[in-house]
Amino acid sequence: MLSIYWSYLTTSLAWQFQYRVAMAIYMAGRLLEPTVYLVVWTTVAEARGGSVGGYTASGFAAYYIVLMLVNQFTFTWIMHEYQYRIRSGTLSAVLLKPVHPIHSDLADNFGYKILTSVIIFPAAAFLYWLFDPVFTSSLILFGVFLGSMVLAYLLRFLIEWTLALVSFWTTRNESFNQMYFMLGLFLSGRIAPLDLLPEWLQTTAGWMPFKWAVAFPAEIVLGRLTQQEINEGFVVQLFWLGFGLVIHRIVWWRGIRKYSAVGA
Amino acid sequence: MHRLSLLYTYFKLGVLNELAYRTNFYFQILSSLMALGSAIAGLYVIFHHTETLGTWEAKDILALLGIYQMVQGLIRLVVQPSMERLMEDVREGTLDYTLTKPEDAQFLISISQIRIWKLIDILLGLGILLLAMVRRGTEVGYDDALAFTLVLACGGAIIYSFWLMLATLSFWFIRIENIFVLFETMYQAGRWPIGIYPFWLKFILTFIVPIAFAITVPAEALTDRLTTDALGLDVMIAVAMLAVSRLFWRIGLRNYSGASA
Repeated sequence: MLSIYWSYLTTSLAWQFQYRVAMAIYMAGRLLEPTVYLVVWTTVAEARGGSVGGYTASGFAAYYIVLMLVNQFTFTWIMHEYQYRIRSGTLSAVLLKPVHPIHSDLADNFGYKILTSVIIFPAAAFLYWLFDPVFTSSLILFGVFLGSMVLAYLLRFLIEWTLALVSFWTTRNESFNQMYFMLGLFLSGRIAPLDLLPEWLQTTAGWMPFKWAVAFPAEIVLGRLTQQEINEGFVVQLFWLGFGLVIHRIVWWRGIRKYSAVGA
Repeated sequence: MHRLSLLYTYFKLGVLNELAYRTNFYFQILSSLMALGSAIAGLYVIFHHTETLGTWEAKDILALLGIYQMVQGLIRLVVQPSMERLMEDVREGTLDYTLTKPEDAQFLISISQIRIWKLIDILLGLGILLLAMVRRGTEVGYDDALAFTLVLACGGAIIYSFWLMLATLSFWFIRIENIFVLFETMYQAGRWPIGIYPFWLKFILTFIVPIAFAITVPAEALTDRLTTDALGLDVMIAVAMLAVSRLFWRIGLRNYSGASA
Protein backbone atom coordinates (compact mmCIF):
# COMPACT_ATOMS: atom_id res chain seq x y z
CA MET A 1 0.00 0.00 0.00
CA LEU A 2 2.82 2.39 0.88
CA SER A 3 4.50 1.84 -2.46
CA ILE A 4 1.20 2.55 -4.22
CA TYR A 5 0.93 5.79 -2.31
CA TRP A 6 4.49 6.65 -3.17
CA SER A 7 3.96 6.25 -6.89
CA TYR A 8 0.65 8.13 -6.74
CA LEU A 9 2.41 10.92 -4.91
CA THR A 10 5.34 11.23 -7.31
CA THR A 11 3.05 11.20 -10.36
CA SER A 12 0.80 13.74 -8.76
CA LEU A 13 3.71 16.03 -7.90
CA ALA A 14 5.03 15.93 -11.44
CA TRP A 15 1.58 16.50 -12.87
CA GLN A 16 0.65 19.36 -10.59
CA PHE A 17 3.98 21.06 -11.00
CA GLN A 18 3.01 21.92 -14.56
CA TYR A 19 0.25 24.13 -13.23
CA ARG A 20 2.35 26.14 -10.82
CA VAL A 21 1.16 29.54 -12.02
CA ALA A 22 -2.50 28.60 -11.68
CA MET A 23 -1.63 27.16 -8.29
CA ALA A 24 -0.06 30.40 -7.14
CA ILE A 25 -3.10 32.34 -8.32
CA TYR A 26 -5.53 30.12 -6.47
CA MET A 27 -3.34 30.39 -3.40
CA ALA A 28 -3.76 34.16 -3.42
CA GLY A 29 -7.37 33.69 -2.34
CA ARG A 30 -6.44 31.53 0.58
CA LEU A 31 -3.95 34.16 1.69
CA LEU A 32 -6.24 37.13 1.20
CA GLU A 33 -9.23 35.81 3.14
CA PRO A 34 -7.47 35.44 6.51
CA THR A 35 -5.66 38.73 5.92
CA VAL A 36 -8.95 40.55 5.37
CA TYR A 37 -10.57 39.15 8.51
CA LEU A 38 -7.40 39.78 10.47
CA VAL A 39 -7.54 43.43 9.45
CA VAL A 40 -11.25 43.67 10.22
CA TRP A 41 -10.82 42.20 13.71
CA THR A 42 -7.73 44.25 14.41
CA THR A 43 -9.75 47.35 13.56
CA VAL A 44 -12.49 46.19 15.92
CA ALA A 45 -9.96 45.52 18.70
CA GLU A 46 -8.54 49.01 18.31
CA ALA A 47 -12.01 50.57 18.40
CA ARG A 48 -12.66 48.71 21.64
CA GLY A 49 -9.57 50.03 23.33
CA GLY A 50 -7.16 47.25 22.47
CA SER A 51 -8.93 43.93 22.81
CA VAL A 52 -12.11 42.02 21.99
CA GLY A 53 -13.12 38.92 23.91
CA GLY A 54 -9.57 38.38 25.12
CA TYR A 55 -7.97 38.89 21.71
CA THR A 56 -5.61 41.81 21.23
CA ALA A 57 -4.45 42.91 17.80
CA SER A 58 -1.38 40.69 18.05
CA GLY A 59 -3.58 37.89 19.41
CA PHE A 60 -5.72 38.09 16.29
CA ALA A 61 -2.58 38.13 14.18
CA ALA A 62 -1.35 34.92 15.80
CA TYR A 63 -4.79 33.33 15.46
CA TYR A 64 -5.26 34.13 11.78
CA ILE A 65 -1.75 33.14 10.77
CA VAL A 66 -2.12 29.73 12.45
CA LEU A 67 -5.65 29.32 11.14
CA MET A 68 -4.48 30.07 7.62
CA LEU A 69 -1.84 27.36 7.89
CA VAL A 70 -4.26 24.79 9.32
CA ASN A 71 -6.96 25.56 6.79
CA GLN A 72 -4.46 25.39 3.95
CA PHE A 73 -3.20 22.05 5.14
CA THR A 74 -6.57 20.40 5.67
CA PHE A 75 -8.65 21.82 2.81
CA THR A 76 -9.80 19.73 -0.17
CA TRP A 77 -11.23 20.65 -3.56
CA ILE A 78 -12.85 17.30 -4.13
CA MET A 79 -16.43 18.56 -3.80
CA HIS A 80 -15.92 20.76 -6.85
CA GLU A 81 -14.26 18.03 -8.81
CA TYR A 82 -16.50 15.01 -8.39
CA GLN A 83 -19.36 16.51 -10.32
CA TYR A 84 -17.09 16.83 -13.34
CA ARG A 85 -15.80 13.30 -12.96
CA ILE A 86 -19.28 11.88 -12.98
CA ARG A 87 -20.73 14.14 -15.63
CA SER A 88 -17.85 13.55 -18.00
CA GLY A 89 -17.60 9.85 -17.24
CA THR A 90 -13.90 9.99 -16.38
CA LEU A 91 -14.83 8.07 -13.26
CA SER A 92 -15.30 4.93 -15.35
CA ALA A 93 -11.60 4.62 -16.07
CA VAL A 94 -10.79 5.12 -12.41
CA LEU A 95 -13.18 2.35 -11.41
CA LEU A 96 -11.29 -0.18 -13.52
CA LYS A 97 -8.23 0.16 -11.34
CA PRO A 98 -7.86 -2.41 -8.58
CA VAL A 99 -7.29 0.30 -5.97
CA HIS A 100 -10.08 2.30 -4.33
CA PRO A 101 -10.05 5.79 -5.92
CA ILE A 102 -9.92 7.54 -2.56
CA HIS A 103 -6.23 6.64 -2.25
CA SER A 104 -5.12 8.50 -5.34
CA ASP A 105 -7.20 11.50 -4.27
CA LEU A 106 -5.53 11.48 -0.89
CA ALA A 107 -2.09 11.32 -2.49
CA ASP A 108 -3.07 14.14 -4.85
CA ASN A 109 -4.21 16.27 -1.99
CA PHE A 110 -1.05 15.62 -0.03
CA GLY A 111 1.11 16.35 -3.06
CA TYR A 112 -0.65 19.66 -3.55
CA LYS A 113 0.03 20.57 0.05
CA ILE A 114 3.72 19.77 -0.36
CA LEU A 115 3.97 21.96 -3.44
CA THR A 116 2.00 24.86 -2.02
CA SER A 117 4.02 24.89 1.18
CA VAL A 118 6.57 26.78 -0.92
CA ILE A 119 4.04 29.60 -1.02
CA ILE A 120 2.21 29.31 2.28
CA PHE A 121 5.19 29.35 4.63
CA PRO A 122 6.79 32.49 3.15
CA ALA A 123 3.32 34.05 3.16
CA ALA A 124 2.93 33.23 6.84
CA ALA A 125 6.35 34.73 7.50
CA PHE A 126 5.33 37.85 5.59
CA LEU A 127 2.16 38.20 7.68
CA TYR A 128 4.24 37.61 10.78
CA TRP A 129 6.49 40.48 9.81
CA LEU A 130 3.54 42.75 8.98
CA PHE A 131 1.26 42.12 11.92
CA ASP A 132 3.54 41.34 14.88
CA PRO A 133 1.70 38.38 16.35
CA VAL A 134 2.28 37.24 19.90
CA PHE A 135 2.47 33.47 20.36
CA THR A 136 2.25 31.88 23.74
CA SER A 137 2.84 28.26 22.97
CA SER A 138 5.15 25.46 24.05
CA LEU A 139 6.95 22.55 22.49
CA ILE A 140 4.53 20.10 24.08
CA LEU A 141 1.53 22.00 22.75
CA PHE A 142 3.16 21.96 19.35
CA GLY A 143 3.47 18.19 19.52
CA VAL A 144 -0.17 17.84 20.52
CA PHE A 145 -1.04 20.24 17.72
CA LEU A 146 0.70 18.04 15.14
CA GLY A 147 -1.31 15.06 16.37
CA SER A 148 -4.58 16.92 16.07
CA MET A 149 -3.55 18.13 12.61
CA VAL A 150 -3.23 14.56 11.35
CA LEU A 151 -6.71 13.76 12.64
CA ALA A 152 -8.11 17.03 11.29
CA TYR A 153 -6.62 16.36 7.86
CA LEU A 154 -7.98 12.84 7.67
CA LEU A 155 -11.45 13.62 9.01
CA ARG A 156 -11.93 16.61 6.74
CA PHE A 157 -10.73 14.64 3.75
CA LEU A 158 -13.03 11.72 4.48
CA ILE A 159 -16.08 13.87 5.11
CA GLU A 160 -15.64 16.12 2.10
CA TRP A 161 -14.83 13.14 -0.10
CA THR A 162 -18.07 11.53 1.03
CA LEU A 163 -20.09 14.72 0.51
CA ALA A 164 -18.59 14.97 -2.97
CA LEU A 165 -20.31 11.69 -3.77
CA VAL A 166 -23.63 13.54 -3.73
CA SER A 167 -22.79 13.99 -7.40
CA PHE A 168 -23.84 10.39 -7.97
CA TRP A 169 -27.43 11.46 -7.35
CA THR A 170 -27.44 14.97 -8.74
CA THR A 171 -25.15 16.81 -11.11
CA ARG A 172 -26.49 20.15 -9.90
CA ASN A 173 -24.87 20.23 -6.51
CA GLU A 174 -23.45 23.78 -6.64
CA SER A 175 -25.99 24.98 -4.09
CA PHE A 176 -25.24 22.10 -1.80
CA ASN A 177 -21.51 22.83 -2.02
CA GLN A 178 -22.06 26.54 -1.53
CA MET A 179 -24.10 25.86 1.59
CA TYR A 180 -21.34 23.64 2.94
CA PHE A 181 -18.69 26.29 2.31
CA MET A 182 -20.76 29.06 3.87
CA LEU A 183 -21.28 26.95 6.99
CA GLY A 184 -17.56 26.27 7.03
CA LEU A 185 -16.78 29.95 6.86
CA PHE A 186 -18.60 30.53 10.14
CA LEU A 187 -18.22 27.26 11.98
CA SER A 188 -14.54 26.58 11.36
CA GLY A 189 -13.49 29.92 12.81
CA ARG A 190 -12.64 31.81 9.64
CA ILE A 191 -15.07 34.74 9.90
CA ALA A 192 -14.18 35.10 13.55
CA PRO A 193 -12.47 33.05 16.24
CA LEU A 194 -15.20 30.70 17.47
CA ASP A 195 -15.38 32.19 20.97
CA LEU A 196 -16.41 35.51 19.43
CA LEU A 197 -19.47 33.99 17.79
CA PRO A 198 -22.87 34.28 19.46
CA GLU A 199 -23.50 31.52 22.00
CA TRP A 200 -25.89 29.48 19.83
CA LEU A 201 -23.44 29.45 16.91
CA GLN A 202 -20.66 28.25 19.18
CA THR A 203 -22.86 25.39 20.32
CA THR A 204 -23.70 24.57 16.70
CA ALA A 205 -20.01 24.62 15.85
CA GLY A 206 -19.33 22.01 18.52
CA TRP A 207 -21.84 19.64 16.94
CA MET A 208 -20.54 20.00 13.39
CA PRO A 209 -17.30 18.67 11.91
CA PHE A 210 -15.89 22.06 10.74
CA LYS A 211 -14.47 23.14 14.07
CA TRP A 212 -12.65 19.86 14.56
CA ALA A 213 -11.04 20.09 11.14
CA VAL A 214 -9.76 23.65 11.40
CA ALA A 215 -10.27 25.72 14.55
CA PHE A 216 -9.46 23.03 17.11
CA PRO A 217 -5.80 22.42 16.14
CA ALA A 218 -5.26 26.17 15.87
CA GLU A 219 -6.67 26.76 19.34
CA ILE A 220 -4.45 24.02 20.77
CA VAL A 221 -1.20 25.50 19.53
CA LEU A 222 -2.25 28.99 20.57
CA GLY A 223 -2.66 27.71 24.11
CA ARG A 224 -6.32 28.70 24.31
CA LEU A 225 -7.62 25.34 25.52
CA THR A 226 -7.47 23.59 28.89
CA GLN A 227 -6.11 20.09 29.21
CA GLN A 228 -9.63 18.74 29.52
CA GLU A 229 -10.84 20.60 26.44
CA ILE A 230 -7.95 19.16 24.47
CA ASN A 231 -8.70 15.62 25.61
CA GLU A 232 -12.38 15.94 24.79
CA GLY A 233 -11.50 17.48 21.45
CA PHE A 234 -9.40 14.48 20.50
CA VAL A 235 -12.30 12.19 21.34
CA VAL A 236 -14.60 14.25 19.12
CA GLN A 237 -12.03 14.21 16.32
CA LEU A 238 -11.76 10.43 16.59
CA PHE A 239 -15.54 10.19 16.54
CA TRP A 240 -15.75 12.20 13.29
CA LEU A 241 -12.96 10.18 11.78
CA GLY A 242 -14.75 6.95 12.62
CA PHE A 243 -18.04 8.36 11.42
CA GLY A 244 -16.34 9.40 8.18
CA LEU A 245 -14.91 5.93 7.66
CA VAL A 246 -18.28 4.26 8.07
CA ILE A 247 -20.35 6.75 6.10
CA HIS A 248 -17.92 6.95 3.18
CA ARG A 249 -18.14 3.17 2.75
CA ILE A 250 -21.91 3.17 2.75
CA VAL A 251 -22.29 6.14 0.43
CA TRP A 252 -19.61 4.94 -1.96
CA TRP A 253 -21.14 1.50 -2.16
CA ARG A 254 -24.60 2.88 -2.88
CA GLY A 255 -23.34 5.54 -5.25
CA ILE A 256 -21.36 3.15 -7.32
CA ARG A 257 -24.45 1.00 -7.86
CA LYS A 258 -26.35 4.10 -8.90
CA TYR A 259 -23.63 5.15 -11.32
CA SER A 260 -23.83 4.39 -14.96
CA ALA A 261 -21.47 6.17 -17.24
CA VAL A 262 -22.84 8.75 -19.63
CA GLY A 263 -23.57 7.00 -22.90
CA ALA A 264 -24.14 3.64 -21.29
CA MET B 1 -29.50 54.97 -30.76
CA HIS B 2 -28.23 52.27 -33.04
CA ARG B 3 -26.02 51.02 -30.24
CA LEU B 4 -28.94 50.87 -27.85
CA SER B 5 -30.87 48.71 -30.23
CA LEU B 6 -27.82 46.46 -30.59
CA LEU B 7 -27.60 46.20 -26.83
CA TYR B 8 -31.29 45.32 -26.75
CA THR B 9 -30.74 42.62 -29.35
CA TYR B 10 -27.92 41.04 -27.37
CA PHE B 11 -30.00 41.24 -24.23
CA LYS B 12 -32.86 39.47 -25.99
CA LEU B 13 -30.40 36.81 -27.13
CA GLY B 14 -29.29 36.42 -23.53
CA VAL B 15 -32.89 35.95 -22.46
CA LEU B 16 -33.56 33.39 -25.17
CA ASN B 17 -30.41 31.45 -24.33
CA GLU B 18 -31.26 31.28 -20.67
CA LEU B 19 -34.93 30.48 -21.04
CA ALA B 20 -33.87 27.06 -22.20
CA TYR B 21 -32.38 26.46 -18.75
CA ARG B 22 -35.06 27.77 -16.44
CA THR B 23 -33.89 25.90 -13.34
CA ASN B 24 -30.79 28.08 -13.46
CA PHE B 25 -33.05 30.88 -12.32
CA TYR B 26 -33.85 29.10 -9.07
CA PHE B 27 -30.24 28.08 -8.56
CA GLN B 28 -29.18 31.68 -9.05
CA ILE B 29 -31.73 32.96 -6.53
CA LEU B 30 -30.67 30.33 -4.03
CA SER B 31 -27.00 31.08 -4.54
CA SER B 32 -27.42 34.86 -4.36
CA LEU B 33 -29.51 34.62 -1.23
CA MET B 34 -26.99 32.34 0.43
CA ALA B 35 -24.10 34.65 -0.43
CA LEU B 36 -25.97 37.68 0.79
CA GLY B 37 -27.25 35.90 3.89
CA SER B 38 -23.77 34.84 4.88
CA ALA B 39 -22.40 38.33 4.28
CA ILE B 40 -25.09 39.83 6.50
CA ALA B 41 -24.51 37.16 9.15
CA GLY B 42 -20.83 38.11 9.02
CA LEU B 43 -21.73 41.73 9.67
CA TYR B 44 -23.94 40.61 12.53
CA VAL B 45 -21.06 38.71 14.15
CA ILE B 46 -18.66 41.61 13.82
CA PHE B 47 -21.02 44.37 14.90
CA HIS B 48 -22.04 42.22 17.84
CA HIS B 49 -18.68 43.30 19.27
CA THR B 50 -18.36 46.87 18.11
CA GLU B 51 -20.32 49.95 17.13
CA THR B 52 -18.01 51.09 14.39
CA LEU B 53 -15.45 49.66 12.01
CA GLY B 54 -12.94 52.40 11.38
CA THR B 55 -15.31 55.32 10.93
CA TRP B 56 -18.07 53.17 9.48
CA GLU B 57 -21.21 52.13 11.32
CA ALA B 58 -23.12 48.93 10.64
CA LYS B 59 -25.66 50.77 8.48
CA ASP B 60 -22.90 52.26 6.35
CA ILE B 61 -21.25 48.89 5.88
CA LEU B 62 -24.64 47.48 4.90
CA ALA B 63 -24.88 50.13 2.20
CA LEU B 64 -21.38 49.17 1.09
CA LEU B 65 -22.46 45.54 0.94
CA GLY B 66 -25.40 46.47 -1.27
CA ILE B 67 -23.09 48.27 -3.67
CA TYR B 68 -20.65 45.35 -3.56
CA GLN B 69 -23.44 42.99 -4.59
CA MET B 70 -24.71 45.31 -7.34
CA VAL B 71 -21.31 45.84 -8.89
CA GLN B 72 -20.56 42.14 -8.70
CA GLY B 73 -23.88 41.48 -10.43
CA LEU B 74 -23.01 43.95 -13.16
CA ILE B 75 -19.59 42.39 -13.72
CA ARG B 76 -21.06 38.91 -13.93
CA LEU B 77 -24.02 40.05 -16.02
CA VAL B 78 -22.03 41.26 -18.95
CA VAL B 79 -18.39 42.21 -18.36
CA GLN B 80 -16.93 38.91 -17.25
CA PRO B 81 -18.82 36.63 -19.67
CA SER B 82 -18.11 38.92 -22.60
CA MET B 83 -14.42 39.16 -21.80
CA GLU B 84 -14.16 35.43 -21.37
CA ARG B 85 -15.82 35.04 -24.72
CA LEU B 86 -13.32 37.47 -26.23
CA MET B 87 -10.38 35.45 -24.96
CA GLU B 88 -11.88 32.29 -26.35
CA ASP B 89 -12.54 33.98 -29.68
CA VAL B 90 -8.96 35.17 -29.89
CA ARG B 91 -7.69 31.69 -29.15
CA GLU B 92 -9.96 29.97 -31.63
CA GLY B 93 -9.77 32.65 -34.28
CA THR B 94 -13.53 33.20 -34.24
CA LEU B 95 -12.97 36.87 -33.46
CA ASP B 96 -12.91 37.23 -37.27
CA TYR B 97 -16.70 37.12 -37.28
CA THR B 98 -16.91 40.08 -34.94
CA LEU B 99 -14.27 42.10 -36.75
CA THR B 100 -16.06 41.82 -40.07
CA LYS B 101 -19.26 43.28 -38.65
CA PRO B 102 -19.97 46.92 -39.54
CA GLU B 103 -19.83 48.22 -35.98
CA ASP B 104 -17.11 49.16 -33.55
CA ALA B 105 -15.46 45.90 -32.51
CA GLN B 106 -14.77 47.01 -28.94
CA PHE B 107 -18.45 47.75 -28.46
CA LEU B 108 -19.49 44.40 -29.89
CA ILE B 109 -17.10 42.30 -27.83
CA SER B 110 -18.06 44.18 -24.69
CA ILE B 111 -21.70 43.14 -24.83
CA SER B 112 -21.41 39.82 -26.64
CA GLN B 113 -22.55 37.71 -23.68
CA ILE B 114 -25.29 38.65 -21.29
CA ARG B 115 -26.14 36.36 -18.36
CA ILE B 116 -29.56 37.63 -17.47
CA TRP B 117 -29.97 35.75 -14.19
CA LYS B 118 -27.22 37.90 -12.72
CA LEU B 119 -29.77 40.69 -12.71
CA ILE B 120 -30.95 39.03 -9.51
CA ASP B 121 -27.68 40.04 -7.83
CA ILE B 122 -28.14 43.60 -8.98
CA LEU B 123 -31.70 43.75 -7.69
CA LEU B 124 -30.81 42.16 -4.36
CA GLY B 125 -27.88 44.53 -3.99
CA LEU B 126 -30.14 47.48 -4.73
CA GLY B 127 -32.62 46.20 -2.16
CA ILE B 128 -29.92 45.98 0.50
CA LEU B 129 -28.67 49.43 -0.41
CA LEU B 130 -32.16 50.93 -0.09
CA LEU B 131 -32.69 49.13 3.21
CA ALA B 132 -29.42 50.54 4.51
CA MET B 133 -30.35 54.04 3.41
CA VAL B 134 -33.72 53.81 5.13
CA ARG B 135 -32.02 52.61 8.31
CA ARG B 136 -29.53 55.45 8.17
CA GLY B 137 -32.53 57.72 8.31
CA THR B 138 -30.76 60.76 6.92
CA GLU B 139 -32.20 62.24 3.81
CA VAL B 140 -30.28 61.73 0.63
CA GLY B 141 -30.42 64.98 -1.29
CA TYR B 142 -30.45 65.29 -5.05
CA ASP B 143 -26.79 66.28 -5.13
CA ASP B 144 -25.79 63.23 -3.07
CA ALA B 145 -27.83 60.94 -5.31
CA LEU B 146 -26.30 62.56 -8.35
CA ALA B 147 -22.77 62.25 -6.97
CA PHE B 148 -23.47 58.61 -6.13
CA THR B 149 -24.72 57.82 -9.61
CA LEU B 150 -21.75 59.58 -11.11
CA VAL B 151 -19.10 57.78 -9.05
CA LEU B 152 -20.87 54.46 -9.50
CA ALA B 153 -20.79 54.97 -13.25
CA CYS B 154 -17.12 55.96 -13.01
CA GLY B 155 -16.39 52.90 -10.89
CA GLY B 156 -18.15 50.75 -13.47
CA ALA B 157 -16.12 52.37 -16.24
CA ILE B 158 -12.85 51.78 -14.36
CA ILE B 159 -13.65 48.13 -13.69
CA TYR B 160 -14.74 47.63 -17.28
CA SER B 161 -11.53 49.20 -18.60
CA PHE B 162 -9.51 47.05 -16.26
CA TRP B 163 -11.20 43.88 -17.51
CA LEU B 164 -10.84 44.96 -21.12
CA MET B 165 -7.11 45.43 -20.64
CA LEU B 166 -6.77 42.04 -18.98
CA ALA B 167 -8.71 40.36 -21.75
CA THR B 168 -6.71 42.25 -24.38
CA LEU B 169 -3.60 40.57 -23.00
CA SER B 170 -4.88 37.43 -24.70
CA PHE B 171 -3.67 38.84 -28.03
CA TRP B 172 -0.15 38.17 -26.76
CA PHE B 173 -0.63 35.41 -24.23
CA ILE B 174 -2.81 32.49 -25.13
CA ARG B 175 -3.97 31.12 -21.81
CA ILE B 176 -4.56 33.62 -19.06
CA GLU B 177 -8.07 32.88 -17.79
CA ASN B 178 -6.62 32.45 -14.34
CA ILE B 179 -6.11 36.18 -14.20
CA PHE B 180 -9.86 36.42 -13.75
CA VAL B 181 -9.71 34.12 -10.75
CA LEU B 182 -7.27 36.58 -9.25
CA PHE B 183 -9.77 39.37 -9.81
CA GLU B 184 -12.58 37.42 -8.13
CA THR B 185 -10.29 36.83 -5.19
CA MET B 186 -9.29 40.43 -4.81
CA TYR B 187 -12.89 41.50 -5.25
CA GLN B 188 -13.87 39.87 -1.94
CA ALA B 189 -11.71 42.40 -0.14
CA GLY B 190 -14.05 45.10 -1.45
CA ARG B 191 -16.74 44.02 0.98
CA TRP B 192 -15.06 46.21 3.58
CA PRO B 193 -14.17 49.88 3.28
CA ILE B 194 -10.72 50.19 1.73
CA GLY B 195 -9.72 52.63 4.47
CA ILE B 196 -9.35 49.93 7.10
CA TYR B 197 -6.64 48.04 5.21
CA PRO B 198 -2.93 48.56 5.72
CA PHE B 199 -1.17 50.70 3.17
CA TRP B 200 0.12 47.94 0.89
CA LEU B 201 -3.31 46.34 0.54
CA LYS B 202 -4.95 49.72 0.00
CA PHE B 203 -2.44 50.36 -2.73
CA ILE B 204 -3.17 47.05 -4.46
CA LEU B 205 -6.93 47.52 -4.24
CA THR B 206 -6.72 51.03 -5.64
CA PHE B 207 -4.04 50.97 -8.28
CA ILE B 208 -3.44 47.36 -9.27
CA VAL B 209 -6.93 45.88 -9.03
CA PRO B 210 -9.01 49.06 -8.90
CA ILE B 211 -12.05 47.83 -6.99
CA ALA B 212 -11.90 50.68 -4.46
CA PHE B 213 -13.35 52.99 -7.12
CA ALA B 214 -16.30 50.74 -7.78
CA ILE B 215 -17.35 49.95 -4.22
CA THR B 216 -15.85 52.12 -1.50
CA VAL B 217 -16.05 55.42 -3.37
CA PRO B 218 -19.77 55.13 -4.26
CA ALA B 219 -20.48 54.11 -0.67
CA GLU B 220 -18.57 57.19 0.48
CA ALA B 221 -20.72 59.34 -1.78
CA LEU B 222 -23.89 58.03 -0.14
CA THR B 223 -22.62 58.39 3.42
CA ASP B 224 -21.33 61.97 3.22
CA ARG B 225 -17.69 61.00 3.10
CA LEU B 226 -16.77 62.06 -0.41
CA THR B 227 -15.14 65.43 -0.98
CA THR B 228 -15.61 67.38 -4.20
CA ASP B 229 -11.91 67.03 -4.94
CA ALA B 230 -12.09 63.27 -4.67
CA LEU B 231 -15.12 63.28 -6.95
CA GLY B 232 -13.27 65.28 -9.60
CA LEU B 233 -10.27 62.97 -9.37
CA ASP B 234 -12.53 59.95 -9.67
CA VAL B 235 -14.07 61.25 -12.90
CA MET B 236 -10.62 62.02 -14.30
CA ILE B 237 -9.34 58.55 -13.52
CA ALA B 238 -12.40 56.98 -15.12
CA VAL B 239 -11.95 58.98 -18.32
CA ALA B 240 -8.25 58.20 -18.40
CA MET B 241 -8.87 54.48 -17.87
CA LEU B 242 -11.43 54.39 -20.67
CA ALA B 243 -8.99 56.12 -23.02
CA VAL B 244 -6.02 53.96 -22.05
CA SER B 245 -7.96 50.71 -22.33
CA ARG B 246 -9.28 51.74 -25.75
CA LEU B 247 -5.75 52.47 -26.89
CA PHE B 248 -4.53 49.19 -25.46
CA TRP B 249 -7.32 47.34 -27.23
CA ARG B 250 -6.39 48.98 -30.54
CA ILE B 251 -2.75 47.99 -30.15
CA GLY B 252 -3.74 44.46 -29.19
CA LEU B 253 -6.05 44.18 -32.15
CA ARG B 254 -3.25 45.11 -34.51
CA ASN B 255 -1.43 42.13 -33.11
CA TYR B 256 -4.29 39.79 -33.96
CA SER B 257 -4.01 37.62 -37.00
CA GLY B 258 -6.96 35.28 -37.55
CA ALA B 259 -6.91 31.56 -36.92
CA SER B 260 -5.15 30.33 -40.02
CA ALA B 261 -3.23 33.46 -40.93
